[in-house]
Amino acid sequence: MPSYLTRQKTRKTFSWIGRPLPDRKQYYQIYKEICMKVSDCSTEIHIKVGQFVLIKGDDNAKPYVAKLIELFEDGSKFPSMKCARVQWFVRFSEIPISKRHLLGRKPAAQEIFWYDYSDCDNNIYVETIIGPVQVVALAPDEVIPMDQKSEETLFVKLSWNTKKFEPLSPELLAALNKLEDSPKCQKPLEAKIKNVKNPWNTTELKRIESSHSTSKTCQTSAHPVSPNARKRLELSDLGIPRKPNMRLSKKTLSDSLDSQKKSKRKTAFSETASPPKRSQPGEIKTSSALKSLEKNGQTHSFCAKGSMTLRTQDPSFMTTKINVERALSPIKRRLRSSVVPNVILTPKRIGREARKQEAHKEPTNSSHRVHRRSSLLTLNRIRQQLWLLDDDKSDEEEEEFISSAEVSDSTSEEEDDCIPSLPKRNPQRQSTNWRMASKPSLQTPSKTPKKTPHHATPQIRDRNLAVQEPTSVLEEARVRLHVSAVPDSLPCREQEFQDIYSFVESKLLDGTGGCMYISGVPGTGKTATVNEVIRCLQQAAQTNDVPPFEYVEVNGMKLTEPHQVYVQILQKLTGQKATANHAAELLAKRFCSRGSPQETTVLLVDELDLLWTHKQDVMYNLFDWPTHKGARLVVLAIANTMDLPERIMMNRVSSRLGLTRMSFQPYSHNQLKEILVSRLKHLRAFEDDAIQLVARKVAALSGDARRCLDICRRATEICEFSHTQGDSLGLVTVAHLMEAIDEMFSSSYITAIKNCSLLEQGFLRAIIAEFRRSGLEEATFQQIYSQHVALCRMEGLPYPTMSETMAVCSNLGSCRLLLVEPSRNDLLLRVRLNVSQDDVLYALKEE
Amino acid sequence: MNSRKTKGNSAIHAECLPQVQRILRERFCHQSPHSNLFGVEVQYKHLIELLKRTAINGESNSVLIVGPRGSGKTMLINRALKELMEIREVSENVLQVHLNGLMQINDKIALKEITRQLNLENVVGDKVFGSFAENLSFLLEALKKGDRASSCPVIFILDEFDLFAHQKNQTLLYNLFDISQSAQTPVAVIGLTCRLDILELLEKRVKSRFSHRQIHLMNSFDFPQYMKIFKEQLSLPEEFPNKVFAERWNENAQSLSEDSTVREVLQKLFNVNKSLRSLHTLLMLALTRVTVSHPFMTSADLMEAQHLCSLDSKASIIHGLSVLEICLIIAMKHLNDIYEEEPFNFQMVYNEFQKFIQRKAHSVYNFEKPVVMKAFEHLQQLELIKPMERTSVNSQREYQLVKLLLDNTQIMNALQKYSNCPTDVRQWATSSLSWL
Repeated sequence: MPSYLTRQKTRKTFSWIGRPLPDRKQYYQIYKEICMKVSDCSTEIHIKVGQFVLIKGDDNAKPYVAKLIELFEDGSKFPSMKCARVQWFVRFSEIPISKRHLLGRKPAAQEIFWYDYSDCDNNIYVETIIGPVQVVALAPDEVIPMDQKSEETLFVKLSWNTKKFEPLSPELLAALNKLEDSPKCQKPLEAKIKNVKNPWNTTELKRIESSHSTSKTCQTSAHPVSPNARKRLELSDLGIPRKPNMRLSKKTLSDSLDSQKKSKRKTAFSETASPPKRSQPGEIKTSSALKSLEKNGQTHSFCAKGSMTLRTQDPSFMTTKINVERALSPIKRRLRSSVVPNVILTPKRIGREARKQEAHKEPTNSSHRVHRRSSLLTLNRIRQQLWLLDDDKSDEEEEEFISSAEVSDSTSEEEDDCIPSLPKRNPQRQSTNWRMASKPSLQTPSKTPKKTPHHATPQIRDRNLAVQEPTSVLEEARVRLHVSAVPDSLPCREQEFQDIYSFVESKLLDGTGGCMYISGVPGTGKTATVNEVIRCLQQAAQTNDVPPFEYVEVNGMKLTEPHQVYVQILQKLTGQKATANHAAELLAKRFCSRGSPQETTVLLVDELDLLWTHKQDVMYNLFDWPTHKGARLVVLAIANTMDLPERIMMNRVSSRLGLTRMSFQPYSHNQLKEILVSRLKHLRAFEDDAIQLVARKVAALSGDARRCLDICRRATEICEFSHTQGDSLGLVTVAHLMEAIDEMFSSSYITAIKNCSLLEQGFLRAIIAEFRRSGLEEATFQQIYSQHVALCRMEGLPYPTMSETMAVCSNLGSCRLLLVEPSRNDLLLRVRLNVSQDDVLYALKEE
Repeated sequence: MNSRKTKGNSAIHAECLPQVQRILRERFCHQSPHSNLFGVEVQYKHLIELLKRTAINGESNSVLIVGPRGSGKTMLINRALKELMEIREVSENVLQVHLNGLMQINDKIALKEITRQLNLENVVGDKVFGSFAENLSFLLEALKKGDRASSCPVIFILDEFDLFAHQKNQTLLYNLFDISQSAQTPVAVIGLTCRLDILELLEKRVKSRFSHRQIHLMNSFDFPQYMKIFKEQLSLPEEFPNKVFAERWNENAQSLSEDSTVREVLQKLFNVNKSLRSLHTLLMLALTRVTVSHPFMTSADLMEAQHLCSLDSKASIIHGLSVLEICLIIAMKHLNDIYEEEPFNFQMVYNEFQKFIQRKAHSVYNFEKPVVMKAFEHLQQLELIKPMERTSVNSQREYQLVKLLLDNTQIMNALQKYSNCPTDVRQWATSSLSWL
């Protein structure tokens, strides 16, 4: 997948080709073709109506795909904008996760879908176009070519109407296949010339200049006189026509910022601007912009909006703004929302233009440039290195990149200029604004940039050789007895199943929310039962017996930190990534906002006790969301301890959890037996007595079904071993099971002591002798050593040296037969037995 | 004639001995999976069957190999893996992940290491890994994707397993065991530990997910077997280039194993420590004494090596002390006798020492107090005495309470071997209270 690094900010400029065809709408001028020029690679790309284009999206690796329907200049507002009407295509990754299974097959890597949905906004700004792309429409019976070379080409085979996939209609297919000629790339021009001689550039410059101008007097009055101001004056003297418009404030803002930057970085440049002190430039400037605006008395609402956008850091705030407007009037919306990207865009552009001008006018710049070039060279090299890492880049982009070295330095400055108040760590932020509106209504309101692509599907590689299928009865039994084998039904949990099922079902039918707390010791089938309930409900949802719902599962143990639960839930619900705090906000909005037409969400929180935090805010939120009016969230919380709500939860949390509780009792021996029998089902591998024995043993120990299954599995192995010499494989007998149980549960201390060396055994004896002498359960090494020496003398053993005895002591300590202090205490280290004295004596007596 | 023959012999020896030493050193120092198994055949069979089932049948398993240090846990698993990888169908089908609790000290590092060893990092390309949480979900997702039939089995080997159990929440263990108990990518989780109480360390949920299979390695061989191991470890392999020399060397090994002094030496060692690692240390020391002029190991070499092995380190430190320091140690020994192991300070030791000096009017050991103090501090640096509290700057060092880290028998034994110890000092040492 080629990734389209919009972050690189290779600046593109657009100009119309051909004459405008006036439209019946007064302000619209319709064009047939547009010329896209990437400023630094000096290639021109002509894009005609009817071609397919890539459009900037949230994810650089996967830009949006669309077909151009119409190109027009929207003159209804000032300055007029180049716009385009498009027909969207969706990638598979843009389809909501819950609907992806509808495709019924794995999507091809380059497959896209015709987006058949009338409600989405299909007007975009031309600036958001990245470039043309090849799209091939395929008839339903055609196969998508899989060769690697055609990575640039996308294929469309089906259409997606937010509900189901359908094959393309023949007419559509024909229309799509009537391919427009591919984009013409002109020869790269001399990079130097473009600054002055490129006709487009000058016109563009003029256009911008004419559009952004203001009264100089206003400026000076608005700002205290400072080196900045002086600089600004100079700039505005550069021949900008003075039309009263508040725009200039922004323009000059970017200029002055620009120059500040430069002066900071390059001392050679400081002739014109002495290093000014800068404190929150973005904040100050924008507010001054507002000020000047007020002074002028031009209170265009959209201007105010623009400066607002500059200042706000919170994208959600912005989206709410837009939402409000959208509610106001649909026509107005286009007007308004179009301003948003504009405001952010223009300062950047002007910043650059102005700088270019400076570059010509000021002789000092030459030295500055030389300096810069050398630094650029290294920068370039570094970037190139980085580039190499990404193996699949298109050639075109590489070319683009190399020639972009000239600007790449300045882009970083520009980033600062255009989003002064935004935190630097996400320069992609503005790309959210590039799009006029979120495309499908199903898509979430705002997205944040992600570091790791969530589309990457990691997978352990497949095995080359097929798995050997079980051949004997015992092997078959072992497969069935493995804990991972999912049984068709869950025996002995019918009542619990019924309770949980009816709880969730009633919530689904009512369209309300609720919590349920499920407790039980490990291995009693809590998670399995809930999974079974969900499976049944999903089946019921398919037959429309219950309303459809979304199911999300999180596990406290699979999180690194309690707050990560938000991230996980959000990612599983919507597929987007966010920080924990942001995810919490989004989820709260999602679950708490009233009347959201979403499906009910069923949330399973496994290992709830791991979500404990000091403030218990995670638990609080999880149980608080369902209590909101209109929240359609069912929370099923699972933990081990029955009294968890009383023990560790604050009152306000346990109160929200409510009283719907269920506890899973440990399995009784009858139930365990039933489980085993149902798993083995007609498979005669065990003696009846053997099953009875294991069921009773485990029930007496813990009632953990996992243990039961593991013991049986081990017993089949033992049975297999013992029969290798014999004739045929027999049944698993009681003896085999006893052996397995012994192996798993018998304490190994006694065997360990029996297998100790003589000196180690002598040391253990000495410990017991010392304990008896002192009557305490603890002794220092020195005391034991003297006992040990005495014992050795009595038994006629060689005298053990201190070092040897010390080694013996630490050996026993590392096995945890003894509990010893760290060895730096030497003679004074205290020693305790980790086994009972009787065990030690028993083990030593045997010989 | 005779001299020429010896010359020829020594040429051969000069040629062969470096090879011999290389082969044997490798055998003693590395836990090479080539060596034969001693007394662990049953355990080995259990392990190899389990691994085969994971590799061939795609069955998930978890097992712990428990045994004291030097009992051959790593050797066992290495050998099993080697055998497993020799099966052709298996070798390209199995992924291995080796982790060590001493190196992957927390889950974050462990996750990175797992990702690296599974070669999953190239999935995300040059995008560097983000947070710990992202890593975890990434890895879990990767493992979840697979299923029993189609995915490549992964064998996780966790060395120093008990240290993983000490990590926060035991997240890593929970997840590994959870995978081994669910229908995901088949895994075999093999833990190696020397702690017998390992199951008590596991959290109840983790414990429930662990299959409770344990393989115990206990050094459960007796002395005749030990002798056999000794002989086998010392013998040269058949593929040794110089057959004549190898034969002579092996004959020598055979005769050594029948020698009574050697048996005595080995019996001593066996009584102290049964692990093969201590045997290797002994043989290594003996091997260093083999030279061209002394081409075959003798019982004397082994005796000497055994002596080195069982040396009391503190006694040998005492041998290097000055007479004044010996005097101080004797004074402390007396204090211990009088005050029954109560801690004492420098002033008390000095007083005790002064008493001895005064008794001997002609004494040449009449040192200034600061000199004695210096000697006392030197003993403290050697850690023959240990301060009871932490040394603070403003406390007076003369009055700081200390304890002697030497046993009476140790002191007496050391004194006997201490050359040119004045007679009166020796007498003073033996007459604990009688001189009063």
